[in-house]
Amino acid sequence: MCYQVAIIGAGVVGSLLARELTRYDLSVALVEAREDVATGASAANSAIVHGGFDPVPGTLKAKLNVRGLEMMPAVAEELGVHYKNNGSLVLAFSEEEMQTVRELYERGLANGAPGLSVLDRDELRALEPNVSENAVGALCSETAGIICPYGLTIAAAGNAIDNGADLYLSSPVTAIRKENGVFVLTAGGKEIRAEYVVNAAGVYADEIAKLIGDASFTIRPRKGEYLLFDQTEGKLCGHTLFQVPSAVGKGILVTPTVDGNLLIGPTSVFIDDKENRETSADGLDYVRSTALRSVKSLNFKQVITSFTGIRAVPDGEDFIIRFSEKDPHFLHLAGIESPGLSSSPAIAEYAVELLGNAGLQLKANPKFCGERRPYSWFKDLPADKKNEVIAVDPRFGHIICRCEKVTEGEIVEAIHRAPEARTLDAVKRRVRATMGRCQGGFCSPLITELLSSERNVAPETICKHKAGSNLLIGKTKGGDRND
Amino acid sequence: METKELICIGCPMGCNLTVTVEDGDVKSVTGNTCPRGAEYGKNEVLHPVRTLTSTVFVENRGNMLPVRTDRAIPKECLFEAMKRVNAVTVKAPVSIGDVILSDFYGANLIATMNVL
Amino acid sequence: MTDTNVTKARLVIVGGGPAGMAAAIAAYDAGVTDVLLLERGNALGGILLQCIHNGFGLHRFGEELSGPEYAARYEAEVKKRNIPFLTDTMVLSVDPDRTVTAMNSTHGVFSVKADAVVLAMGCRERSRGALSIPGKRPAGIYTAGTAQRYVNVQGYLPGKEVVILGSGDIGLIMARRMTLEGAHVKAVCELMPYSGGLNRNIVQCLKDFDIPLMLSHTVSKIHGDTRLTGVSIAEVDEKLRVKPETEQYIPCDTLLLSCGLLPENELTKEAGIPLDAITGGATVNEHRETLTEGIFACGNVLHVHDLVDFVSEEAELAGKSAADYILRGARKAASPITVKPAGKVRYTVPQRIDGEGEDVRLFFRVGAIVDNAVLTVKQGDTLLATKKKRRMTPGEMESFVLPAAKLAGVSGELTVCVESEGK
Repeated sequence: MCYQVAIIGAGVVGSLLARELTRYDLSVALVEAREDVATGASAANSAIVHGGFDPVPGTLKAKLNVRGLEMMPAVAEELGVHYKNNGSLVLAFSEEEMQTVRELYERGLANGAPGLSVLDRDELRALEPNVSENAVGALCSETAGIICPYGLTIAAAGNAIDNGADLYLSSPVTAIRKENGVFVLTAGGKEIRAEYVVNAAGVYADEIAKLIGDASFTIRPRKGEYLLFDQTEGKLCGHTLFQVPSAVGKGILVTPTVDGNLLIGPTSVFIDDKENRETSADGLDYVRSTALRSVKSLNFKQVITSFTGIRAVPDGEDFIIRFSEKDPHFLHLAGIESPGLSSSPAIAEYAVELLGNAGLQLKANPKFCGERRPYSWFKDLPADKKNEVIAVDPRFGHIICRCEKVTEGEIVEAIHRAPEARTLDAVKRRVRATMGRCQGGFCSPLITELLSSERNVAPETICKHKAGSNLLIGKTKGGDRND
Repeated sequence: METKELICIGCPMGCNLTVTVEDGDVKSVTGNTCPRGAEYGKNEVLHPVRTLTSTVFVENRGNMLPVRTDRAIPKECLFEAMKRVNAVTVKAPVSIGDVILSDFYGANLIATMNVL
Repeated sequence: MTDTNVTKARLVIVGGGPAGMAAAIAAYDAGVTDVLLLERGNALGGILLQCIHNGFGLHRFGEELSGPEYAARYEAEVKKRNIPFLTDTMVLSVDPDRTVTAMNSTHGVFSVKADAVVLAMGCRERSRGALSIPGKRPAGIYTAGTAQRYVNVQGYLPGKEVVILGSGDIGLIMARRMTLEGAHVKAVCELMPYSGGLNRNIVQCLKDFDIPLMLSHTVSKIHGDTRLTGVSIAEVDEKLRVKPETEQYIPCDTLLLSCGLLPENELTKEAGIPLDAITGGATVNEHRETLTEGIFACGNVLHVHDLVDFVSEEAELAGKSAADYILRGARKAASPITVKPAGKVRYTVPQRIDGEGEDVRLFFRVGAIVDNAVLTVKQGDTLLATKKKRRMTPGEMESFVLPAAKLAGVSGELTVCVESEGK
């Protein structure tokens, strides 16, 4: 068979595009190198829907950020993804920085970003009492928000699959050739054919481009380190708190997350290894000390984890969204750094437009359904409705992850529902099990058992994330365990 | 005559013992706060012993049964003893105290959990 | 919530581990038979069920038992009294008015209105994330307790070449367990200049197997993209900062963490019950009653104990107190005595004394090793009691009895202080 469109990379951009394409009567393949969707930049970032005041006017970043900001609430609602319009503040700590705030305000107006205002010290304090008294004012974006980036990706990929797209996991694309006018992708021991190919491979987009002889851009990985606090700290601030970018750096943000935690970060350091998700003592110290500028009352005893995200930084200033000069059916969606998450629905919309212009037939798919039940459907039920579910399926009455209160029923569903969860981290990203304050200390052995029994594989084969990240190396003594 | 400084493992107090040895025989144990300490000090110098705890596989349940020796066994036999523990399997039901292996380095290997 | 899902019990106990079981038995024996014991695991016993090593029960039973045996003795007592209990049941909330809401597979979500509640949820281990150890995030990093479950309960080995960070007792015990089950434990690193574990465990779990204990050392970096490939370890200075020049690489596939236990007080916090910032548990009086009337706490949820025997003892006190409260009403003093730690004392339990005419045993821990320790209990400048001990260590809980006679007429603040003699 030959797909009409193959998308390389199941990050937030690839997955939302796959979903967008299933609105039309098209065959779509979503081809992912790793064991799950949302494992690259989409797995670990600031989780912010930006207000549209940062990008330079006239750029794709400016246009798509503002459009994405407008689209995001509805997209999140349809896909059952947690999104919150909490607003953002860019804090200024000097009169000089207030000047930058006013420049950002003007830039936002030029970009058509709605809901911007400049706050003085008193207005700022009234809005966010825990902000450091050293802040003299701020740029406020009422329309900015927060979202779960991997949740959005998983839901988009799942909804695309529900609407007929095929997802290929563990399928790194290692060669691309053209045969009888169609692309043939060599991906994880398979060949996938397609008329159009979209390169949404994140930090690897330049390497994918090279597979068709296109060396027109390079992607540099840039890492950012974060610290995540327990939900006890999630109400320290309501808005996302940025710092005015200065000569010293872009600043460190302090933000609540949609799941009620508090997140601080990121650092910004170019690295060579695209897989190097390493945290460093210096980086984490920098995040801690710089975040304290914004909020002095951060309680670092309540940090539950630290992590590193990798951003795909293009060699130019703007997103690289265009067809390859080597082939008019090969579309790049590359260099999607910040505000990439904010822009992602708009990038998908724009990519469909570009593909249509290039000759892809866009006939409506009458069976398309854009709605998706959230993973949290059970959690969100009132007690009496929960009891109706438990009466039918007792597994929903059995809590496995005590910190996040995730039941066996929810975990089993996450294992089987498209896109299916094969690893411990895949379960985590779907239902938050292991993501709480004990970080899987109590529940990871139980989830290992569930993955093993539900997928009918030996516990020793269960991985944390990638192939080779097995949790167990063998039995202590013989006999077939009844896991 | 030589003296050996030991930490008693008889109980969580962990008393510091001084054991005096002469001609391969223990002459005195001091620093202990109970008779068990004196016993430990003597044994530890002459022939150290340890309680072994591990698990054995329950064939008809597919899970593990915790076991221990009902008295301390020679320390130098621990790894050899583990080979025997690893080789044995049991069938439920098992009750606490059931002997899994008798004549086990001068002790019995017993079950420490009820498996119905 | 539908009415059919609200029941009543005179006493609800949250947690069916050693603390919860002992509290239930004590309350029953004190005359409150309408007790409901709620346990989140699939059997009574709590964490003891995976602690298959020996060393439990010397104080209680005068013999050395394994964890499951110790638990079984209490379970038998619970069953002998027909005390109702539910397993696989997670408590979702405790209200200050003593309504406990829980969920399980058979009853769904249900609430129990109780006259009194005993909190006995135990504790959890500090995770890698809470420690913020820099480096990558491969598989192969477990808390000692997680590894203990894999090895002892499920019968799987989490790794072969092991480094352990933290010399808490669970870490030491797991060094021996992993060794006996076929792994190679290369080193135990301890951040502090002394071990947090018991001396006996250093002897029988490390020395017996020639496992080095590296004091004032920590893991400075984690290596490996998929499975752990090694750790960098380094010495720390007196301020516990890594000395970069001492960094060395140890190849290993497993890192076990035994870096402290944290009382699991989320339910307590959500109920608005005040906590002690140092213990991480509720502030209680000598009856183990929290500052919220009718809600008691005991065991590791109150403060982390060294020995389960002491957990049982404390839980019996809490259970009996809860029964007294139910049968005889509140016993809170209008002007309680507050107990304040001073000198090397980090905390005391209880933190306040409400009653009169009873001896009160005060438990405390020191924050550093104190040689030739002198304990003084004072009200203002008046010395009420004093006690000497050759050595006190942070790893060992200390206690002493304040006789009723000494407490008579005392009000306001008591200071419990430990200093080295001569200071």
